[in-house]
Amino acid sequence: MNASIRDQAFEEIFRREAGRVLATLIRLLGDFDSAEEARQEAFIAAVEQWPAQGIPANPGAWLIKAGRNKAIDRIRRDAVFRTKVQGRETASVEADAAAVVEEVDDTAFGDDRLRLIFTCCHPALSGEAHIALTLREVCGLTTQAVARAFLVSEETMAQRLVRAKKKIRDAGIPYETPEPPLFNQRIQGVLAVVYGVFTEGYAVTAGSRLVDAELCAEAIRLGRLLDELLPGNPLVLGLLALMLLHDARRGARVSAAGDVVLLDDQDRALWDRAKIAEGLALVDQALSIPGQISPYAVQAAIAALHVRARRKEDTDWPQIVGLYEVLLRLQPSPVIELNHAVAVSMVDGAARALDLVDSLRARGQVSEYHLLHAARGRFLQQLARPTEAREAYRTALDFATLEPERRLLMARIASIGGSPFGEDFRD
Amino acid sequence: MHYLLLIYSNEKEIAAMNPSAIASMTAEYTEFTKGIVQAGQFKAGDRLKPTSAATTVRVRNGQVATTDGPFAETREQLGGYYLVDAKNLDEAIAIAARIPGARLGSIEVRPIWPPQT
Repeated sequence: MNASIRDQAFEEIFRREAGRVLATLIRLLGDFDSAEEARQEAFIAAVEQWPAQGIPANPGAWLIKAGRNKAIDRIRRDAVFRTKVQGRETASVEADAAAVVEEVDDTAFGDDRLRLIFTCCHPALSGEAHIALTLREVCGLTTQAVARAFLVSEETMAQRLVRAKKKIRDAGIPYETPEPPLFNQRIQGVLAVVYGVFTEGYAVTAGSRLVDAELCAEAIRLGRLLDELLPGNPLVLGLLALMLLHDARRGARVSAAGDVVLLDDQDRALWDRAKIAEGLALVDQALSIPGQISPYAVQAAIAALHVRARRKEDTDWPQIVGLYEVLLRLQPSPVIELNHAVAVSMVDGAARALDLVDSLRARGQVSEYHLLHAARGRFLQQLARPTEAREAYRTALDFATLEPERRLLMARIASIGGSPFGEDFRD
Repeated sequence: MHYLLLIYSNEKEIAAMNPSAIASMTAEYTEFTKGIVQAGQFKAGDRLKPTSAATTVRVRNGQVATTDGPFAETREQLGGYYLVDAKNLDEAIAIAARIPGARLGSIEVRPIWPPQT
């Protein structure tokens, strides 16, 4: 085998097995740092031995065994060091090592990865730490890649990870999948982290790029992993469906020039039919499970109604309005109210939608949310009130931070006739 | 692992409680303490006198300086604590959530370093 092709093959295996290997090593060795060190040593051993021996049939199990052996060697070395240098007796060391050996035959990989996810998403850690740890430890992204995704320096990200792991160790955050009823509470946090990764990729909050496909792909990968580890969980199914249905439209959301393309104007031929088919099947599955309805599944059902329409005219807006009302009861939020108003404008017209948005604006919670002002502008434009529409678009422009969104707003203002900035003397 | 559960609340609100509310709160604390003693989780626990009784001590250049009151002015004051033995943070959180004062103020859960050997 050509050396570079071989390296690439190893790289792919390491990337695929990283999370699984680490998860089991953490359980065997008891802490993140020892497990990471052992995994690194296992990768080195693989690079040394696989070219001669060939890639083992079960590379994950091989890497776990190698990592465990390296860790045992280190425990023994440390024991010898302590006995010789510090004169301390360490009778328990051989027992420790033996315990590690015994447990390696337990190949409950799945359970270990689930434990790892719950630990990385523990509510005692900060939101920033949740996403960073999940991408680094569960997905196996490099610190550099995680740093790049969040537009921070590698050093900042490395410190964030070190602090988070120190908190896990010092605070005694368990390496466990919680039992019900705690499970039902904690799974919500885990899903929020996964969706957070997805939305960070799908609606990047700053800068000039609009979509970070890599983050979306990682979030979907995490969703699939959760679905594999917790089969038939309506919350997981709903979230996975939602991410797939959004992601299916990714290719149509941004023009070749990097401009935003709104749903109405998207070329539906660019939508990813395979993802749509998978997402639609998952929504149906999620909604058919009796019990509490998952807000993710309702959002997915809304996305499903959009992608089911072959032409935009075919969109079932009355049903979308109804689903937003369900969602508002499950999970009231100003952003959902705004989306509800947009759907209402398609059924009952812009006047009623404007009333809803104005009442939302009057409550003041989202007065700096650019999309609220953009929606107002649109309704006012539809109601043939161009001066107020222009004013609303200008306010939206004041709060919009993404360049492509700003360009879209400026185009809107230009379409009414006017300059995007300040007073317009052409009136 | 040992955790110190620090009970913070607004002293003024506590002082303004009516006698029957105080009586039921005291009964709840007694019940809670009994529960964690029976579960083998209780190591220690006390109620503190209000911060009006507090003195802060500093030593600078060998000189002892004492000032009236707590170190910092905060909205919530330390009013008591439990020292508990818990398997991990989740168990400590579960104990903290059962402290009656958690419904009025907040409980800070602090892990304790194991003694140096």
